[in-house]
Amino acid sequence: MFKLWISIKKDIRILLRDKVGISLMFVMPIILVVVVTSIQNSTFQLVNKNKLPIVICNTDTGKASTQFIESVNKIGMFTVTQTSKDKAAAIASDMESKDALLGVVIPSDFSKVVNEKAKNASDKAMAAFSGQADSVKAGTPKPAVSLSALNLYYNPVLQEQLRFSIQGAIQSALQIVQTRQTLRTLYYDSNEKELPKSLENEMLNSSTTINMLPTSKDGTRTTPNASQHNVPAWTIFAMFFVIMSLGGSVVREKVSGSFIRLKTLPTNYLVGLLSKQLTYLVVTLIQAVIIFSIGICFFPVIGLPPLNLPSDLFALFLVTLVCGWCAVSYSICVGVFANTQEQSNGFGAISIVILACIGGLMVPSFAMQGIAKTLTNISPMHWCLEAYYSLFLQNGKLSDVLNNIGSLFIITVIIQIVTYLGLKRKNLI
Amino acid sequence: MAITGALAINIEHMGFRYPDNDKVSFADLNLQVAKGTRFGLFGPNGAGKTTLMNLMTGVLSVTDGSIKLLGKETGEQNKEVNKLFGFVPQDFSFYHELSPAENLEFFGAWAGLSQKEITDRTNELLQILGLEDVRNKPVEKFSGGMKRRVNLAIGVVHNPQVLFLDEPTVGVDVQTRTAIINYLLELNKTGTTLIYTSHQLNEAEDLCEEIAMIDEGKIITQGHIDDVLKAHNHESLEELFINLTGKAYRN
Repeated sequence: MFKLWISIKKDIRILLRDKVGISLMFVMPIILVVVVTSIQNSTFQLVNKNKLPIVICNTDTGKASTQFIESVNKIGMFTVTQTSKDKAAAIASDMESKDALLGVVIPSDFSKVVNEKAKNASDKAMAAFSGQADSVKAGTPKPAVSLSALNLYYNPVLQEQLRFSIQGAIQSALQIVQTRQTLRTLYYDSNEKELPKSLENEMLNSSTTINMLPTSKDGTRTTPNASQHNVPAWTIFAMFFVIMSLGGSVVREKVSGSFIRLKTLPTNYLVGLLSKQLTYLVVTLIQAVIIFSIGICFFPVIGLPPLNLPSDLFALFLVTLVCGWCAVSYSICVGVFANTQEQSNGFGAISIVILACIGGLMVPSFAMQGIAKTLTNISPMHWCLEAYYSLFLQNGKLSDVLNNIGSLFIITVIIQIVTYLGLKRKNLI
Repeated sequence: MAITGALAINIEHMGFRYPDNDKVSFADLNLQVAKGTRFGLFGPNGAGKTTLMNLMTGVLSVTDGSIKLLGKETGEQNKEVNKLFGFVPQDFSFYHELSPAENLEFFGAWAGLSQKEITDRTNELLQILGLEDVRNKPVEKFSGGMKRRVNLAIGVVHNPQVLFLDEPTVGVDVQTRTAIINYLLELNKTGTTLIYTSHQLNEAEDLCEEIAMIDEGKIITQGHIDDVLKAHNHESLEELFINLTGKAYRN
């Protein structure tokens, strides 16, 4: 124990004097988590709270186009600015001058086509109501009329997911215009008088409200925010970032003369590796405490949503401990197999980015398909992220994350065995 | 030549080859070093000095035969033997980020000393080797000579019975070299066997009493320094060295 304690003291001293290593392990991840959460929070707000500026150039003179613009306004997702019809060809420059991310040009025959389509649908309906014999009275339905395509211009900065939401919203505005006109025509054709406004509203506004309810393990309905999503994910990334200091430390020791001397002393090198594991395990726990504390205390100060810790703190500690142990084991493994510090740092940095990618830190794992989905299971970050999400987003308990902890533990043990075999093969123990 | 009395090192029919090299480094090598001697091992670059030193310290394992240190078989896993000797490698074998006192604490613990023994030995060694004033400063800021003294201090922290020294004075000034050699002579008076290798043959004449010269994995001469010089009719080790190993470059 004395040898282990002295070794830990030695490792702590070396670590504290490695300013670059400390900044890589603590400062960089903190910057990363603040920046990424801020960016993601702005995206959340852009979609949920802020309105997207849209420029509409109406080249049509009919009523349908005016109704369409009203419908777009009523969606509540856009701030509509209208521009003169002569600017249809230069909509892109008009978007830029008005700081709009979206632009729509309503074609000049928009109302005419909407009316014709409504009339056509009404005629078909009348023919169906009155039977074939009365088809002459009802009028012969005309061939189907298709609405000219509505061009929706967008700034390429808009992500695909957001673009699909916008497209859906514009489509629903169009649908309202078309349905309203069809109802009016049909009513007029059958009753020979205008559709009463109250009935029109009743028919058009009868859609069922959709309530968005987050699921949780304990039945609570806390809406997740950018902090709940990002802080746990980037904490995992930070823990694996210890490779930049620890991997290099193992290589330095291995290639420096001190290793030869260590081999001639009556102590097994495994004591040295155990010391490094314990020292850096504490480092990963400190990283987690610091990043979580920033999420809780500092985020509200800079206008970000605060991080809410899960109710099962023991489960949170256990997940963090096993994740830290896995990160440390992986770093030592890379250090044992690397021949130079450059190899360790280069491979280490790239490999943790790859593990983060396939582990779902950068792209959600549920969005992955095929081999990428399978590869997810071999990334320790995936199991840790699943456990964190279960705790942070669904307020899960220890029993909900035991499966993830088990998988993480198995991966860690495999890494330890590979490290041991590497040490044997390289004649280091 | 057979040595009577206790042996510090006894190498019998030793063979060794590196796994990635077909060339035999040593074959049927025999060498005895008496306990308490100041023994010098010399040879040109690539002669096998460092390999032999690594074999004697258990950093490498022999392929054939045996090496015994104070009667105990050496080997990579024999940690009992490791308590008996100290090693001062040619490279600076310590943590440059740490101070001399911190290095001595770590290596002393790994050598099996208690906290009190470490404290006492650290104070004593830093005093003897003139490092008392810089005991808490990081070694990375030291001069080459100071680093050599730290390297030596770590090698002797646990009072080893046998001390292996691989070019312990390379790259140092005359003052440091003299101080180190004097310290080693004092250490030998307390009974520590010195196994020393160097290219500084003048220095070797001051330090060593027994010598062996090796080339291409073979011992080409061995014995008391005066006897060896007399037998080959030379007045200095340098002359003898050139005579036995030639003037051609060694790679």
